[in-house]
Amino acid sequence: MQRIGVFVCHCGSNIAATVDVNKVAEMALMEPGVVHAEDYQYMCSEAGQAKIAAAIQEKQLSGIVVCSCSPRMHEATFRKAAERAGLNPYMVEIANIREHCSWIHKDMDEATKKAVILMRAAVAKVNLNTPLQAGESRVTKRALVIGGGIAGIQTALDIAAAGYEVDIVEKTPSIGGRMSQLDKTFPTLDCSACILTPKMVEASAHEKITIYTYSEVEKVSGFVGDFTVDIRKKARSVDMDKCTGCGVCQEKCPSKKAPSEFNRGLNTRSAIYTPFAQAIPNVPVIDREECIKFKTGKCGICSKVCQAGAIDYEQKDEIISEKYGAIVVATGFDTINLDKYDEYAYSQSKDVITSLELERVMNAAGPTHGHLERLSDGKVPKEIVFIQCVGSRCSDDRGKPYCSKICCMYTAKHAMLIRDKYPDVNVTVFYIDVRTPGKNFDEFYRRAVEQYGVNYIKGQVGKVIPKPDGKLLVQGSDLLDNRQILKEADMVVLATAIEPNPDVRKIATMLTASIDTNNFLTEAHAKLRPVESPTAGIFLSGVCQGPKDIPETVAQAGAAAVKAIGLLAKDKLMTNPCTAKADTLLCNGCSTCENVCPYGAITYEDKEVNDHGIRETRRVAAVNNALCQGCGACTVACPSGAMDLQGFSNRQIIAEVDAICR
Amino acid sequence: MQELINRAKELLADGTVARVLGWKAGDLPYNPEPAYFETEDELKDFVYNGFCGANLSKYMIEASKLEGKTMVCLKPCDTYSFNQLLKEHRVDREKAYIVGVGCKGKLDIERIKKQGIKGIESIEGAEITDGADTLKIRTIYGEKTLAYGDAMLERCHVCKGKDHMVFDEQIGESKETKDAERFDEVAKIEAMSPEEKFAFFRSELSKCIRCNACRNACPACSCRKCVFDSNKFDSSQKANVDSFEEKMFHIIRAFHVAGRCTDCGECSRVCPQGIPLHLFNRKFIKDIDELYGEYQAGADTESTAPLTDYTFEDAEPSIVGKRG
Amino acid sequence: MPLEKKEFKPKIVAFCCNWCSYAGADLAGSSRLTYPADVKIIRVPCSCRVNPMFILRAFEKGADGVIMCGCHPGDCHYSTGNYYARRRMTLLFSMLDYIGVENGRTRVEWVSAAEGVKFSDTMNSFVEKIYSLGENVRLGDLRCKS
Repeated sequence: MQRIGVFVCHCGSNIAATVDVNKVAEMALMEPGVVHAEDYQYMCSEAGQAKIAAAIQEKQLSGIVVCSCSPRMHEATFRKAAERAGLNPYMVEIANIREHCSWIHKDMDEATKKAVILMRAAVAKVNLNTPLQAGESRVTKRALVIGGGIAGIQTALDIAAAGYEVDIVEKTPSIGGRMSQLDKTFPTLDCSACILTPKMVEASAHEKITIYTYSEVEKVSGFVGDFTVDIRKKARSVDMDKCTGCGVCQEKCPSKKAPSEFNRGLNTRSAIYTPFAQAIPNVPVIDREECIKFKTGKCGICSKVCQAGAIDYEQKDEIISEKYGAIVVATGFDTINLDKYDEYAYSQSKDVITSLELERVMNAAGPTHGHLERLSDGKVPKEIVFIQCVGSRCSDDRGKPYCSKICCMYTAKHAMLIRDKYPDVNVTVFYIDVRTPGKNFDEFYRRAVEQYGVNYIKGQVGKVIPKPDGKLLVQGSDLLDNRQILKEADMVVLATAIEPNPDVRKIATMLTASIDTNNFLTEAHAKLRPVESPTAGIFLSGVCQGPKDIPETVAQAGAAAVKAIGLLAKDKLMTNPCTAKADTLLCNGCSTCENVCPYGAITYEDKEVNDHGIRETRRVAAVNNALCQGCGACTVACPSGAMDLQGFSNRQIIAEVDAICR
Repeated sequence: MQELINRAKELLADGTVARVLGWKAGDLPYNPEPAYFETEDELKDFVYNGFCGANLSKYMIEASKLEGKTMVCLKPCDTYSFNQLLKEHRVDREKAYIVGVGCKGKLDIERIKKQGIKGIESIEGAEITDGADTLKIRTIYGEKTLAYGDAMLERCHVCKGKDHMVFDEQIGESKETKDAERFDEVAKIEAMSPEEKFAFFRSELSKCIRCNACRNACPACSCRKCVFDSNKFDSSQKANVDSFEEKMFHIIRAFHVAGRCTDCGECSRVCPQGIPLHLFNRKFIKDIDELYGEYQAGADTESTAPLTDYTFEDAEPSIVGKRG
Repeated sequence: MPLEKKEFKPKIVAFCCNWCSYAGADLAGSSRLTYPADVKIIRVPCSCRVNPMFILRAFEKGADGVIMCGCHPGDCHYSTGNYYARRRMTLLFSMLDYIGVENGRTRVEWVSAAEGVKFSDTMNSFVEKIYSLGENVRLGDLRCKS
């Protein structure tokens, strides 16, 4: 029989206001095995933990139940406290009477009754707990960063600065990401390339950083400290060691009709290409879909003109396998597809563009060489309308429910830059709200309005109608003046909502990192662990976690790096002892459990057993504790109940069921 | 039958096998029972007739531990069970010399009795070699006749076919006896109202005496120790445990064999209370076929079992409420 | 005057996986999204840890409804656990329906760590369903002689 202590936390008034904590403690004493019960203001406080420690020692407790907040919050705290007092940390169970009780129920009587039942379930469980020992696993002192935008680059630089090896895997032919597509950045109007390029160069030159561009993560196995990742290096068709980056191949390539991804399809590129002038590595790739040589077998001009002999049509995708201790996801974002927003005539008129497209239009390396002009006829627009929140803060399923966060600021930036360079162009912005929290942000926006005379109208645009004369008729409303507006514009710019890179879902699945309904990666705690995934060893950098601007992205990238460094700095990790365990005498040897184990942690071996005096060799399951992550799939697959999960055993769960249904 | 006995003698004599696993005559004309034969002399008791319904696959679990090979007589449907056991590493293929025996449908003595035939002294037409479609039954009340089909086990009306899935040699002809659709009975229950379903199963399950005959006969139910006998779930049958365990027993038993049950029908055949236990297993088979694609346990030894497999697009559990 | 019936307070067991739905329940709590106190949550590492035995055991001991929540398919912390759980529960629920147990007494819902609202909505609607079904007589009465 266990000697159990029950500790009921008031959590100030968080629990005590709705749960009669005294009563819970009193009722606890009537449960089997309970020899001590008390309640206290803050169990997680030092004084609270001291009470637990004192009771463990004075009453020789063999198990404890803490009725408090969620185990996801303080289970680790109480386990450590118990351990310090000499109790095995796995003899601790938490009854969640805050998140699952006091915070959601208003009636004191009802909440108290429920708290008592939750306490009983935890006591019933702890009665069947057994001391468990955590094992150790090694840490591979190398990090993987998925995504080579500013978030990934910054994270890699920071990890490398601490002396650890880092690999960046980037899907496109160059690192740089979205930031490389931007012209200027708010609120200081720095040239984006001017501040990004040095970082790209630094990353590529860093001895601790290896960059795999034109590569994708193919497979991830293992766990925190010991991930094995297969990376597919897509065939570049260009030998990276031989190529000098002279660019002649791109010049001579006769196939120049592929839409340029970098310029958002506003112009074209050659089949052999580097996405942009400052690309790193400065080694082109052959787009095999577009290349005449690959399509017809004829051509081969690039190979002929390449003096370095770097062109290699035979190159194949290569899969490399690397081990990592930590993985940082920095997969960034894209703008949403506008098919569902046909009222803005995006698909009908070349002069309706997204803000990211406008960045390219305004950039000297862009399709118009930095001249603000209509893409339909090349004329300089006289009247530009910006429409904000296209697809953001949307209540139906056409768009996204969240605020994309960066649009208000970049729209102010665009408006300001246009008014600065082309003072005779009129700029109107339709907005729902202008949101400018951030250092020097509101000042920036006010400058756009006050100094640059940008016309801000609070209201939404209902429709953009392309007219036969090439103008665009914008129908909107002014909510402050309560009137309908009809405005003729030469160009309409849509502040299109951003969404996580569509590839993130696939990556999250490989990493078993959870993702929310908007495909943003979930953080371990919304406030206290914002750069960690709930999956140990996976960290979040940049917009993959939620909309962010550049300074926030860089800050979070650094934070993710620190978390990764904290992990890599350890030589060993304690492993979860709540692993599966096979009862050799009950095992049928049927392999069913082996078939459902996601980690390959179960193997079968021929083992000498002594089954009540009968000695024989049997084929039985064995669990590798270092590989088992404790999901329990095997326990249900096993018909005889030979496979059980330590810490969540069949009998423990049944005891909880019984206590709840009592 | 004689061909079978002759072959058994040969195999014993030349040392190919150490024993023969077949059936020997019981004390009544219709209750042969599984038996081992180790010598030519013992084989004089060997029988193989229409009443040899017992599936001998499961015996091979123990026989696999014995010295030497065992010649085992398996009917076409029994071979599915053998394959399934092979897949689960429960039997040793090297220890079995499988003689695929012919089958023209097995007889159900309970069904014969239900048709008012009592006091049976002898039955003619039940031999595997008999071509006749009619059984001649001599009883103390005189001779009666019965169409062979009307005396067959339920499972033979939905026969899986006359092919042996695994064998070393085949002896005797098989006849396909299928004249009903396998899932008709299940579909009939599915179409009932919840009240009718409940009433049906309550009346059937209330007959259960927990004799465990179904469990003992079932080739899929072959755990070294059943969960209902161990303390792993605090569910072991001790005195005064509440009656819920009976319900649980049949549901869990069916669940544990789901995706592994070959639908051999032994559970229903051996139930002394006549509970149509196959209706549980066949419900799972029907669901699996409909939801995850047709699957016949024991048809091979490599395929992934439906409950150890998945697809991203699998039906949600809510489909249960939507179907009916 | 009709006799006043004893107020029906259902017993409802919710199995929640540690990584998604238990966290979703925590989020419902910290967001103060209420649902009836009849629901009691049991934490399991993954939905694939939920043995049909546990569900039947709950009914055996007098539960009126059992709900299981896990990560959305594709998002399982253990990659594949909820896929197995989904097949298991589909078959189990189908069997219970087949023997005449009201289908509404069992439910599976996928709730992510970010879906506090969905958790609370799910529990509210499930409890409402159980109230409408009333006390679970059938599972507690299956073997009684008819």
